[in-house]
Amino acid sequence: MTIDPSTESQAGAASGAAPVVTPEEPLPPATQPALEAPAETLGGYVRRWWQGVLAGELGSLPIIVGLVVIAIVFGTLDDTFFTERNFTNLLLQMAAIATIAIGVVFVLLIGEIDLSVAFVSAVGGVTMTLLLRPDASDWPWWLAIAVALAVTTAIGLVQALVITKAGVPSFVVTLAGLLIWSGVVLILMTEYSTSGTVRIQDDTVVGIANNFLSDGWGWVVGAGALAGYALTQAQTARSRRARGLDAKPGVVIVLQVAGLAAITFAAVWYANRDRGVPQVTLLVLLLFLFWSFVASRTRFGRHVYAVGGSAEAARRAGINVDRVRITVFMIAGFMAGLGGIILASRLRSVATNTGGGNLLLNVIAAAVIGGTSLFGGRGRVVSALLGALVIIAIENGMGLLNLATGTRFVITGLVLLAAVLVDALSKRRRAARGVV
Amino acid sequence: MTTPLLACEGASKAFGAVQALYRVDFEVCGGEVMALVGDNGAGKSTLVKGVVGIYPFDEGQVRFEGEQVDIHGPRDAARLGIEVVYQDLALADNLDVTANMFLGRERTRTGFVLDESNMEHAAQETLEGLSVTSLGSVRQTVAGLSGGQRQAVAVAKSVMWNSKVLILDEPTAALGVAQTRQVLDLVRRLADRDLGVVIISHNLHDVFEVADRITVLRLGQRVAVLDRAKTTQQEVVHAITAGTLDQVPGMADLGANET
Repeated sequence: MTIDPSTESQAGAASGAAPVVTPEEPLPPATQPALEAPAETLGGYVRRWWQGVLAGELGSLPIIVGLVVIAIVFGTLDDTFFTERNFTNLLLQMAAIATIAIGVVFVLLIGEIDLSVAFVSAVGGVTMTLLLRPDASDWPWWLAIAVALAVTTAIGLVQALVITKAGVPSFVVTLAGLLIWSGVVLILMTEYSTSGTVRIQDDTVVGIANNFLSDGWGWVVGAGALAGYALTQAQTARSRRARGLDAKPGVVIVLQVAGLAAITFAAVWYANRDRGVPQVTLLVLLLFLFWSFVASRTRFGRHVYAVGGSAEAARRAGINVDRVRITVFMIAGFMAGLGGIILASRLRSVATNTGGGNLLLNVIAAAVIGGTSLFGGRGRVVSALLGALVIIAIENGMGLLNLATGTRFVITGLVLLAAVLVDALSKRRRAARGVV
Repeated sequence: MTTPLLACEGASKAFGAVQALYRVDFEVCGGEVMALVGDNGAGKSTLVKGVVGIYPFDEGQVRFEGEQVDIHGPRDAARLGIEVVYQDLALADNLDVTANMFLGRERTRTGFVLDESNMEHAAQETLEGLSVTSLGSVRQTVAGLSGGQRQAVAVAKSVMWNSKVLILDEPTAALGVAQTRQVLDLVRRLADRDLGVVIISHNLHDVFEVADRITVLRLGQRVAVLDRAKTTQQEVVHAITAGTLDQVPGMADLGANET
């Protein structure tokens, strides 16, 4: 490569501004006009979005492109990939990964990492399962779940205290956690079972990830989610206009709602042709809505992004940075526990190898592939869902094709690498447009 | 002259054997731009940090609007209306202009839900009030702003909280010509709004462009307070490099006799 990276990226930035400024006249740095075009019309909105993409604000674009590619590849290679049965299977398989990945998104947002989530999720699943054994404790299902979640949240708290109070990098602390909690799972499972597997016999718990909504409820849930989305969008636009701020044009809202409606109703219809929409999908949807709200609409969420963007700026602004960090690791522990419960429920059992395999790789890959930056401060909760869908679609498709385990690892690794590359390159693009 | 908005009297500060400040008097009035100049190690930063309570003075007192005040940290200072914009600006690059301006003091509905449109509106009004027009949108991320624009955001952030004294640490150090122009204009407008502005700078050209008075520190002591209109750059340079010291550094007893 002979091209100087800085000139190359500047050329990129100039072409990004091309719709508003002619490329021949370079932008004077001091009076650099805002890249934004007026957004009150559909055209303006699309143009502004495209300028953002060129400037490195990719959002969910890479993942949607990725999903389309995956669908085309596996759809052509295997006839069963697009069947109704496989579609509901995808929804079931992605639930646990998406749940744990939501916690990972929060950790990545503050610029930290949690390598222990997979085995913490196993601790959650094992704790619940052991408390439910009918021949021993036989606790009610809700109490067993509550205790399991309390345990995993406490694990998050303890790890966070070491990270914040002792100043040890999260990478090291959670790497130690990875070993410790995998050991704890092993100890518990060998202690309480001879075969290395404990079955869950509580119907409610098994039902979490194995029951389906009736056709009618599937439609109700789909319609409800849509109505909620449309209402919040309209409400936001109205309150912004009332204050004289520029708002998303009505046409765009209508188009977005229509697009989402098409996808949602197609999904519900397709799932209903098989067993219906899985109950656990509803749970994941509710978790997604809740944590999205926390991340983007609350003061705490704003502080999470601030800590990830510049911990020093956050500290000077009077934000208790340690408290934000500790809370985030507790969220990761809680969501890991919930994911572990979903996983245990789906497999109807826990075993010595629960939480092992490539669960850790999958959840972190899901968050990153979904567009959450490893550098902190960038990403959205939805990336956990989209990333989980991609990861599971690839695993599922490769399973259908009966690829060798080695091949599967190589392909999954390459996909993860591609996602991280997109992240790093778009960061460079943003930097080129940014600080003079 | 009216009562100074902010005044230090006889401020001294030692770090071990090093006398960083010795009996420094310093003041700034409302509507005035006071430049604080001096060579490296002259005590400019120590003076500012003492005022906002990061390193409290060993001796001496701080008066705010004529009243003696005890400032134990930046929070106390902010409560009185004294804000410092440090050189690194302390902005979160990944957040937009509005979010940065309200960072740590977000406006909410029902306690914890962000009132975005309210904050955005207020941010816009503040920026317009300061005639900062070069920003395209208060919703663009700070990462996309130029150095001058970032400085403007950092200043606007401080001004929004009804501050009365604004201390700017090297606001033009990293800026080009046109951006320096913008920031100096902004500093002038702040003073026109009756704020007391303290500007720390190495650049005498900038100082002469914007300041009303110039305080010169040398080796921890105040060696001159000059009226911009009645002085020259040569005189200031002379004060910075060879101003008369009341006390020879390292010989505390000598200076102590003199009052």
